[in-house]
Amino acid sequence: MAIPSYATRGERIWHTIFLGICGLVFLFLIGPLLVIIPLSFNAEPYFTFSKAMVTFDPAGYSLRWYQDFFTSSAWLNAIKNSFIIGIASTLLATVLGTVAALGLSSRYMPARGVIMALLISPMIVPLIISAAAMFFFFSKVNLAQTYVGVILAHTALGIPFVVITVTATLSSFDTTLIRAAHSLGANPTRTFFKVVLPLVTPGVVSGALFAFITSFDEVVVVLFIAGPEQRTMPIQMWSGIREQISPTILAVATMLVLLSMLLLTTLEFLRRRGERLRGLSPG
Amino acid sequence: MSESPAAPLTTADGVPLKVSLRRTVRRSKIKALLLVAPLLAFLFIAFLMPLFEMLWRSVDNPEVSTHLSRTVSALEGWNGESLPDEAAFAALAEDLREGQQERNLGLLSSRLNYEKSGMRSTISRTARRVGTLEPPYRESLIAVNDTWGELDTWKLIQREASPYTMSYYLAAVDLQLSPDGDIVQVPEYMQIHATLFWRTLWMSAVITGLTLLLGFPVAFLLASLPARHSNLLMILVLLPFWTSLLVRTTTWIAILQSQGVLNDIMVFLGVVADEARWQMIHNKMGTIIAMTHILLPFMILPLYSVMKTIPPSYMRAARSLGGKPFLSFRRVYFPLTIPGIAAGGILVFILSIGYYITPALVGGQSGRFITNYIAYHMQTSLNWGLAAAISSILLFVVIICYLVFNRLIGVDKVKLG
Repeated sequence: MAIPSYATRGERIWHTIFLGICGLVFLFLIGPLLVIIPLSFNAEPYFTFSKAMVTFDPAGYSLRWYQDFFTSSAWLNAIKNSFIIGIASTLLATVLGTVAALGLSSRYMPARGVIMALLISPMIVPLIISAAAMFFFFSKVNLAQTYVGVILAHTALGIPFVVITVTATLSSFDTTLIRAAHSLGANPTRTFFKVVLPLVTPGVVSGALFAFITSFDEVVVVLFIAGPEQRTMPIQMWSGIREQISPTILAVATMLVLLSMLLLTTLEFLRRRGERLRGLSPG
Repeated sequence: MSESPAAPLTTADGVPLKVSLRRTVRRSKIKALLLVAPLLAFLFIAFLMPLFEMLWRSVDNPEVSTHLSRTVSALEGWNGESLPDEAAFAALAEDLREGQQERNLGLLSSRLNYEKSGMRSTISRTARRVGTLEPPYRESLIAVNDTWGELDTWKLIQREASPYTMSYYLAAVDLQLSPDGDIVQVPEYMQIHATLFWRTLWMSAVITGLTLLLGFPVAFLLASLPARHSNLLMILVLLPFWTSLLVRTTTWIAILQSQGVLNDIMVFLGVVADEARWQMIHNKMGTIIAMTHILLPFMILPLYSVMKTIPPSYMRAARSLGGKPFLSFRRVYFPLTIPGIAAGGILVFILSIGYYITPALVGGQSGRFITNYIAYHMQTSLNWGLAAAISSILLFVVIICYLVFNRLIGVDKVKLG
């Protein structure tokens, strides 16, 4: 932010203070994530920096907690479960959500406001309430403690994200492009694959990523409706934090931070691609 | 556009244009609805039905009417002024005998125990000996356990015979029905839920305020920087937003606990004595710090998207018209950011009052939210009716906030990332 040339001295001081405050807030936001990464290489079973770590003595660092993770059947099983449930619910949510978004973005959609509010509600209703409610209902219909039950629950939680992102993409979709394609001689199938799909895909993929991360990170619903067979990563972490606190958790946390960096990069890439395709930025 | 009444405009096949248009619109409407229908059906089954089930459970009261059906019908018309007659006692003995044989008195005794403590042991003790009891049952039942000689016990059975009850809702706000049917407060040592509701609300308000305080300058900076710088800084906001909730909570445990990073640094710097380490976690402070961190992006993002739309020339105009910097900011810029403040504030508040994981892990006893009691009643005390009632109240509060949000901002304006 450039400070104008007419700024008084007081303003310049105030501006510096302002930048300092912002710096502190950014530190608050990102600091904890930076602290946890070196801690996960701790050779000691503590949650804090040892003397050896502070003096950069190589003996203070070790990969033992990573080794612990990759040799533990409980953790590996949990990660497998997380991927099964995450991928299945993401597919379901993406298909249902995208089809619905096509309808929602139609000019003739009746009662759009009400329906939209309804579709977003799984995101708004506190997780603990959804979890309790699903527990009551799913145990009644014998879906509690099954993979199907957890997948259906996570699909419901992921749907709002797909609906929001895909509707946003479709609302900025220029429908004259379809007519242009037709007038240039493309048949409807070709138009769909060559014009519509490339423009809409980034939105659908970001929606799917949101749905996946929602499922991958979800604790409460799994805690309530899953059985011991459906233990996921978050549940494993949750019980790790509550019961036997070991830096293996920090190793897992570091890997999850890396995963979120990867997802964030993918999303940013998709966003830029979407903008470029729509001619919003020269990129 | 002259339309003569004699010859209305028609399409090529002779259908009046109006009719044809109406038909097309109707077809488009149906098509749009059909596209949304699968998702609506799915959400109805997987999300709305469970919520209805929960609402129903919060008033459902089947225990007494099913397991004490004979007693209930024998008590019909009983005026409640003196102990009921022998027929009611005999019916009770019969009900308990049957329940003991089928081993299904557990739910009944828990249910009555919520209303009158001691009923659980009364019922199990009586049921164990009911096989050997001889008439007259009035005397023999009272001999087994003198609770049956109390008028209140019978009034309770008569009252709870109704298939619906409000008592879970009353219990959720620390009230109960007295034996005479008046609504009274529960004894002081049992009052917990109302305190927790208030604590959840005020702590959420504090968290919302803190996120606004911290988020406003950052959003302002992001909105006024050129895109290439702000995109870089935006990553610092989005990365925590995308990081697992449990990871972020874990990091705060690592940082704030008494043997944690922050205390170690403070001891090293000599700010704190080793034996007087700060207690920053497992209390209200832990919950507030961790949740402010977790919810901060939800405040920054809506604020940023609103501030982005405010033309910078407004501030310059205010300055050129003689406004001092602070006055220009307060009178020109700030009012324009209010939609963003409302959006972020309501969003953070809604998310905060429903949080469970973070308060449970870093809140200790004093930093717990009402959500932790929902989990407690679901998993530990197994009082599901009460859990459903607390959830329903919380759901009601959230829906009110959501409607306000929808009214003010519009849910379709929500942007992610």
